[in-house]
Amino acid sequence: MTKEFEPKIVAFVCTYCTYAGADLAGTSRLKYAPNVRIVKLPCTGRISPMFILKALQKGADGVLISGCHPGDCHFTSGNLHARRRWTVFRSLLNFVGIPDERIWVSWISAAEGNKFAEIINEMTEKLKTLGPFEPYKTLIRDIESPAEI
Amino acid sequence: MARIGVFICHCGENIAGTVDCARVAAELSNHPGVAYAVDYKYMCSDPGQEQIRRAIRERKLSGVVVAACSPRMHETTFRRVCSEAGLNPYLCEMANIREQCSWVHTDKEEATIKAIEIIRSMVEKVKRNSELTPIEVPVTRRAMVIGGGIAGIQAALDIANAGHEVVLVERTLSLGGHMAQLSETFPTLDCSQCILTPRMVEAAQHPKIKLYTYAEVEEVTGFIGNFQVRVRLKSRYVDVDKCTGCGECMTKCPSRKIPSEFDCGLGNRTAIYTPFPQAVPNKPAIDRENCIYFKTGKCGVCAKVCPTGAINYEMKDEIVELEVGAIVVATGFDVQDTDIYGEYGYGRYPDVITGLQFERLASASGPTGGKILRPSDGQEPGTVVFIQCVGSRDSSKGLKYCSKICCMYTAKHAMLYKHKVHDGQAHVFYMDIRAAGKGYDEFTRRGIEEDHTCYVRGRVSKIYPQCGELIVRGADTLLGKPMEIAADLVVLATAAIPKSDARQFAQIVGIGYDENGFFNEAHPKLRPVETATAGVFLAGACQGPKDIPESVSQGSAAASKVLALLSRNELEREPVVAMVNPETCSGCWSCLQACPFKAIEKKEIRDRNGKVIKYVAQVNPGMCQGCGTCVALCRSNSIDLAGYSERQIFGQVMGL
Repeated sequence: MTKEFEPKIVAFVCTYCTYAGADLAGTSRLKYAPNVRIVKLPCTGRISPMFILKALQKGADGVLISGCHPGDCHFTSGNLHARRRWTVFRSLLNFVGIPDERIWVSWISAAEGNKFAEIINEMTEKLKTLGPFEPYKTLIRDIESPAEI
Repeated sequence: MARIGVFICHCGENIAGTVDCARVAAELSNHPGVAYAVDYKYMCSDPGQEQIRRAIRERKLSGVVVAACSPRMHETTFRRVCSEAGLNPYLCEMANIREQCSWVHTDKEEATIKAIEIIRSMVEKVKRNSELTPIEVPVTRRAMVIGGGIAGIQAALDIANAGHEVVLVERTLSLGGHMAQLSETFPTLDCSQCILTPRMVEAAQHPKIKLYTYAEVEEVTGFIGNFQVRVRLKSRYVDVDKCTGCGECMTKCPSRKIPSEFDCGLGNRTAIYTPFPQAVPNKPAIDRENCIYFKTGKCGVCAKVCPTGAINYEMKDEIVELEVGAIVVATGFDVQDTDIYGEYGYGRYPDVITGLQFERLASASGPTGGKILRPSDGQEPGTVVFIQCVGSRDSSKGLKYCSKICCMYTAKHAMLYKHKVHDGQAHVFYMDIRAAGKGYDEFTRRGIEEDHTCYVRGRVSKIYPQCGELIVRGADTLLGKPMEIAADLVVLATAAIPKSDARQFAQIVGIGYDENGFFNEAHPKLRPVETATAGVFLAGACQGPKDIPESVSQGSAAASKVLALLSRNELEREPVVAMVNPETCSGCWSCLQACPFKAIEKKEIRDRNGKVIKYVAQVNPGMCQGCGTCVALCRSNSIDLAGYSERQIFGQVMGL
């Protein structure tokens, strides 16, 4: 019997809102799917599209970008830059061969521990139905070790 | 070759309960670059810290990963431990395997694997960390207190008495806040004004306190130790330097029927007014909306009668820019609008009033001179019904939280009423009596036993008028029976809510707020007066409903935090700042436009003859807050962020 596919999610989060929100989920002892790995950044404004591509290349099946709600950024406007950058990047996703349903953007404040848990659960479920993200990984593997083809 | 030490904490059972720490240590010790991996029951304890120090010295570690709780909890602790052992503190990182792993999962196998991956990824980051030195920034040794209620007054006085300058900014015409409106205070029944007004005067006359009343904070920029605050001094149309506060203008003003905000609409005021006779400063202002001169261009009586010529109809708002090192936010609370409780008829029946209105009725300085008279006909009410939790603890209609002060002030109201109307009867509808505080439970018992306040456990479903009385229909849930009381006056203990513009204000100052709109403290238990924004502190009911003693203690607590900050000449700041590589920077200035802190400057690059070759971006480390927005949008990859460099993040991602 094959084990059910467990997707891997990499979450790029800002330290002031979503990281604190994820901590709150912990202190509130909420339970959520163990599929997420969090990368803490000072602000969502720090997130380069390259991080997302690298994560997918490394084996992630989905990426979550999450920070303070628009207007609540600790750095006043970092998340607005992130949002603008994401809008542009999303239009390029299909072009580079990544279905945009694998990349989620959600604003989660430091007080929204339950929202963090819900998003992770929802995303895990969705990615389970989508299955592993193979094409991009295979391509990278082929380039890195052409002898195996 | 990196020599990373990995220290895995059991946190008692908190982590070890769901994560197999010994297996994690064994797995990690095989990871390339890891020189030492060990697990221990309590890493943050003294022996745990010593273990880290010894390992750094003996095993010549080049970096440390502590896998334990959230870095928000103990990063400072472990970075200090590293620096004590001679390792640069920024070569130490925490892997969060408690809040983000052991506490949120139940399956031991899954949690253990997740913990291993989290730590592995952090090891890859630390391998790429570099030594950093905290940035020293000068401190402006002056504090600003926003809000002149009792919490703000206390904070301002404490800071000023320690010898530092304070700017106290109050939005209304006078200091005092809600406490000035109160009649007597629980549980001692001492007069609120009598204990408050001396403090107001002291704050206003203190040589170290600069008081701005009728002023609004419009913009806060800068950072801890170096804030710039823009304050709008609203125009009073009265020159406060010339005004002596004689009050002649107020006695002659023909516009006399304006509901007084201070008396919660129970009394009237003139268009040129002070909110109450004991106002500090006791200088009037013209209410432009209601002033006949501003409405019709005719009148000008106040200008004619003013003996010092202080009235100036042409006065404009003034803007002042202030530099301060710390900010105390003490902006207070509001009382909820009772519109949502239509069945209680507030606004329709004049004899249904709020608790704050009752305070004004009971206050010696109030519209009735301290006599309890019902608003409709000025008669003394023979039966008064108090309804608690109107809005509070009612998630279906109002708010989820407990407003905390209502149980006590309702008990007080019933007593004050009984002390003034000896043959009257007070009924209280309650859900629970919450009287936790020194002398509080004794106080409510006194109300029940000595003043015969009749407490009825239950809710009121409807209030309707009948033959000049108000019929209060409710239920006694202890007896399991519906009941009706014919009342002359009904007092609603309405919820304490955040100021209507609390959210906008939070954004101006850059602090967080909770789901209700109360400002968030940095840690609910251990950092109750600090905010997540360094240098900004909280005091009083802006953080959550509070009584006077709590507001005062929080004011003092915030002041002590401010004093610790202002006692230093220079502050150490996290060295998480951006750096530009001038060799590759093309000077496109995307970063300059994006930077929220104006930290990016244009720098000239000259050749040996002094001729300008090109302009490149340069980061002012004093201004940079380290958000990294510029890094992510630099087209030539010329900017990087210390502590979160491209190498570090990619390393971390590749380690997953």
